[in-house]
Amino acid sequence: MPDSTLVGLHHEEEHHPELLHHFATEEQQRDASSLGMWVFLATEVMFFGGLFCAYLIYRRLYFGDFGAASKSIDATLGATNTAVLICSSLTVVLAVWAAQTARRTLLLTMLAVTMLLGCVFLGIKAVEYKDKFEEHHVPGASFSFNNVPIPGHPGEYANPRHAQIFFSLYFVMTGLHALHMIIGLGIFSWLLYAAWKGRFTPEYHTPIEIGGLYWHFVDIIWIYLFPLLYLIDRHP
Amino acid sequence: MTEHSSASEKSSPLKLYFGIWIALLAGTYITYKAAFIELGPFNAAVALGIATIKATLVALFFMHVYHASEKLTKLVVIAALFFLLLLLGLTMSDYATRPWS
Amino acid sequence: MEIAIPQPVERENYLNKEYGVWSWLLTTDHKRIALLYLVSITFFFFIGGFFALLIRLELLTPAGDLVQADTYNKLFTMHGMVMVFFFLIPSIPAVLGNFLVPMMIGAKDLAFPRINLLSWYLYIIGGVFMLHCMLTGGVDTGWTFYAPFSTNFSNTKIVEAGIGIFIAGFSSILTGLNFVVTIHRMRAPGMTWSRLPLFIWAHYATSIIQLLGTPVIAVTIVLVACERALHLGIFDPKLGGDPVLFQHLFWFYSHPAVYIMILPSMGVVTEIIACFSRKRIFGYSFVAFSSIAIAVFGFLVWAHHMFVAGISVYSALVFSFLSYAVALPSAIKVFNWTATLYKGSIRYDAPMLYAFGFLGLFTIGGLTGLFLAALGINVHVTDTYFVVAHFHYIMVGGAVMGYLGGMHFWWPKISGKLYPEGWARLAALIVFIGFNLTFFPQFVLGYLGMPRRYYDYSHMPEFQVLNVLSTAGATVLGVGYLLPMVYFLWSMRYGKPASDNPWNAAGLEWKTTSPPPTFNFDEEPVVTWEAYNYEELDAPPHTQEVPVAR
Repeated sequence: MPDSTLVGLHHEEEHHPELLHHFATEEQQRDASSLGMWVFLATEVMFFGGLFCAYLIYRRLYFGDFGAASKSIDATLGATNTAVLICSSLTVVLAVWAAQTARRTLLLTMLAVTMLLGCVFLGIKAVEYKDKFEEHHVPGASFSFNNVPIPGHPGEYANPRHAQIFFSLYFVMTGLHALHMIIGLGIFSWLLYAAWKGRFTPEYHTPIEIGGLYWHFVDIIWIYLFPLLYLIDRHP
Repeated sequence: MTEHSSASEKSSPLKLYFGIWIALLAGTYITYKAAFIELGPFNAAVALGIATIKATLVALFFMHVYHASEKLTKLVVIAALFFLLLLLGLTMSDYATRPWS
Repeated sequence: MEIAIPQPVERENYLNKEYGVWSWLLTTDHKRIALLYLVSITFFFFIGGFFALLIRLELLTPAGDLVQADTYNKLFTMHGMVMVFFFLIPSIPAVLGNFLVPMMIGAKDLAFPRINLLSWYLYIIGGVFMLHCMLTGGVDTGWTFYAPFSTNFSNTKIVEAGIGIFIAGFSSILTGLNFVVTIHRMRAPGMTWSRLPLFIWAHYATSIIQLLGTPVIAVTIVLVACERALHLGIFDPKLGGDPVLFQHLFWFYSHPAVYIMILPSMGVVTEIIACFSRKRIFGYSFVAFSSIAIAVFGFLVWAHHMFVAGISVYSALVFSFLSYAVALPSAIKVFNWTATLYKGSIRYDAPMLYAFGFLGLFTIGGLTGLFLAALGINVHVTDTYFVVAHFHYIMVGGAVMGYLGGMHFWWPKISGKLYPEGWARLAALIVFIGFNLTFFPQFVLGYLGMPRRYYDYSHMPEFQVLNVLSTAGATVLGVGYLLPMVYFLWSMRYGKPASDNPWNAAGLEWKTTSPPPTFNFDEEPVVTWEAYNYEELDAPPHTQEVPVAR
């Protein structure tokens, strides 16, 4: 698309190859991209927010049943997954630093390790889902949750219908989160490819920064999901 | 983003990043262990409190909100949280004030 | 590249720069995308209007004799879904906003042109899902698709409609994202926040709502789909769920959505009133901040749609009070518009006629909203035609009038042609008359007790007279809407060419050619003047061109 009809700011300078024509400067482009990702993350907060709202209301209404249901999912796996994601956030931040300081090998390594950790997370999640499936805790026709004691209330058993609501929210919330992880893996595989092709320099590495923002956000969602879903009531 | 960092961040961000990483892992461990201790209503408070600290650390230091040159980034974060709390709070206020069930 | 030729040659502009279907379908030019949206939303407007026509035909007689009850349920549902999600919400932002936002701030394009194109494609894909749903049986839950009917009992294609709305919702989110980033980052030198046209402030506020509200209905649709597929129990009382929770989540978006529909219209009306009174807007900062206030307060009032649904009475009191508060910024705008008109040199061109219509009808609609916010009245008129009349006064009398006014005002800029002023004024009058004839009787009907969403009112045959008036009005209104379609299309071929600034209006968009070049300005503008500098524009040495098209 020819710019030659314009007498603007940028035709006198050397164009950075990554500068898009409608931006006057690279800084404007970078600031726009960054703001764009932050605004998008704000929308994601509200997207998950609806689910957190439903969760909080039912947790308050059916605390005992939710406690029983929560106790039946594996907190050790959940904690492990939390640690995995925290490590992946570190590798993301190191990847950004590597791009800022022109350390190509480190950049590629960190991007790859981030993706690996993401896959480990999804693998553990798959194991958890499989366990739930085998225990008939997946909502639907074969759901069953009978004679499960409510923690802290000896002699009382959880209402299976309310427990099903817990598991519905568990699967929808962690499922949506996992979907975001998968999308994140897609984004990072593109970043890895582009980094390998040498597109990123200390002057231009905006996609890594904003991809990183997305990844951190997905980590933050899990930081809240872990205590809310796994640790409602772990007392014997 | 590089131009926006303060001098101290540029000189050794690595120490900060590893420090935050350790803090996050420690927070996870404490959350996990505390869940098995009987604290009554404070179990939820401890778990969510630590989660909030962890989320804040990730946002401030991994997502560079602390060193953001523009107030706008912080405004976007605050706005998102404000509307989220509005959704959670006002909806909860209906359920909390229902005299039945 | 342009070559200088002695004989007159059509200047290169965004319309003639490239020809061919792909140059349109793969464009990233915000102006072309605006026109793609214009065609699409006009299409859906007529589909929604067609359903409205069938509804009004059924209600001509008390008996349910035109369609069956189930069919009628589908008619008002599809009318609502199409009009809300595929016409009103995109309308002004996607057409006028896309076209004008970059130009008004002196930018070459939006911040993310490719995301803008994606936004249109998402709208189209969502529309295809909705069309397919309609053609294969439609949905019968009402556009509000309340649980547990929508989740447990209805046999219609709710998931498909939901997918269409979900995808269109993402189109809306991306438009909002583009506008926010553009307004923050792409303003020309000298274009400070306090020099921005109020149209921009209105679109900024609209974008905030689109960004923060739409995701909530998106996730609600996901829950409804899961509930239908798996009987999860989240909204099913038999399984311990609460149907009112659905309503909370639904209205958390859908109430602010009505502000998505009206704020851009208010922005348009502000521009028109300033231009056709030849005056600076009275109280610029009040109007600017009231737009932001409407966006924020609009998120605080959603449960006023649920007063009789089973929320706690304390909650109802709080939401009632907040609903009164949200009227304040709108009232401030009405006062400021009125003060702008005072001692202005009023011209009665078609855009101004629409703006006048907006002022009166929006005020009536808004005031009746306050009646509804009062708990004591609400209990009696909820789910009656009073509510239907209230929101149509705002959506049609307000938003659509603003949209039409804006289309007329900026048509010369968009097309480079003048529309026929005489026909336009006639059409505006027909719309105004048709609108009032259609919807004023509905206030009376509702107050007298006629329920909404009923196809048969034979237990109250005395309502027929008012219903007949309403249907007659709808026919007149339809004519009023068809006329602009005809003469706008006519003007594209036969209209007089427009100058750069046929209205002698303030604003950067009027400082470039009609139609504009692809990158909007030949040189990046540098702004040194305040907004609405009509005194300077009307200063004596300036010879004004007054276009009169015949």
